[in-house]
Amino acid sequence: MSGDRKDPFSRGEEFLQLFSRGAEFTKELLVENERLRANLASLEQAQSDASKTPEEWDKYRQELQARLQDLEQECESVRMRLQQVEEENQQFAARYLEVEEENNNLANLYVASYQLHSTLDLDEVLKVIVEIVINLVGAEVFAVYLLDGDSGELDVAVSEGAEPSEFPSCSKPGGIMAKSLESAEPICGDPTQVPNLEEPIVCIPLFVQDRPIGLIGIFALLQQKDGFSALDHELFSVMGGHASTALFAARLYSQSERKLNTIQGFIDLLTK
Amino acid sequence: MELHMDRKRILIVEDSPTMRQLLVFALRRMKNVDIVEAQDGMDGLRKVSSDHFDLALIDINMPVMDGLKLISLIRGEDSLCGIPIVVITTEGAQEDRERALSLGANEYLTKPIQANHVLTVVKSLLKGETPS
Repeated sequence: MSGDRKDPFSRGEEFLQLFSRGAEFTKELLVENERLRANLASLEQAQSDASKTPEEWDKYRQELQARLQDLEQECESVRMRLQQVEEENQQFAARYLEVEEENNNLANLYVASYQLHSTLDLDEVLKVIVEIVINLVGAEVFAVYLLDGDSGELDVAVSEGAEPSEFPSCSKPGGIMAKSLESAEPICGDPTQVPNLEEPIVCIPLFVQDRPIGLIGIFALLQQKDGFSALDHELFSVMGGHASTALFAARLYSQSERKLNTIQGFIDLLTK
Repeated sequence: MELHMDRKRILIVEDSPTMRQLLVFALRRMKNVDIVEAQDGMDGLRKVSSDHFDLALIDINMPVMDGLKLISLIRGEDSLCGIPIVVITTEGAQEDRERALSLGANEYLTKPIQANHVLTVVKSLLKGETPS
């Protein structure tokens, strides 16, 4: 313990050395501080000089203006592209709706033609025609006329909304049904006309190879149906074509069945 | 198993094969949907009672049992009363609409139908939303 004790003189020497090192360090710090101050002052002066020079200032301003112009052009081009994309988007949306509608229409037409040719039974074909006219067209009162082989007249084979006897004859002179049969084209009247059983709103003649085999007359539409769409006109065409062939095929099939049965009867009679 | 949990089962009760085919065509555009067809109200009741369905499309004018009777029977049965029901019919009168809705139909659509509209309504009801 006594070894740690030093005399006051040596301790004073140590303190003096420490103090002188501190003084040197402070001096160095002051020199460094002065150098940095000088550097800062020279930089501030250089910047100030540069901005004060008109050439430098012009150059700087031109650079800024050019940059601003570039940015404005970029902004304008982005804005135009955005507008183009928005227009394209609207076109795609409109096209999507068109395709959707077209898809729906094709589904209706496919179902109509599929169902019409799904059977060779005459009553079934007539039932399908009735279903199509009610469910797909939206008719409330209508009749399907078929050619009577004996009389050569078109008679009501099936009807909805009124008794068959209440419907007018197709051969009424000057009538819309007679006109439709003459032209072999569907005739579509005013869907908003007051429904009556004198004149149909829509006539769809049924022809097979230029020969009339029937006619569909629509006399009143369902109350929620206020007009005809493009699909309705397509359906009238499909009915005119496919219902005719379906009815014709069903009649031929039933005749051939009858003939086959008769022939079979003869053969059975002869062979027994 | 998880795939099946996402699938939705829809029952079409309609006596017209033409309408059934058209509705199947429209609904097949949705993914993960199983469609079962019934040809009249009684057939529909049998099928809805014996299997799980997420939605039913029901016609009103049908032989054997009409659509309104079927709706009231479904709504009267505890296990079936939660099935959303869409009526698709030719009857466009306001009183017919009100009657069907008062019996428990969720939506009332009149023929001729727009397949898009049917799809929108069906999708909304399957999500548990009220169609706008």
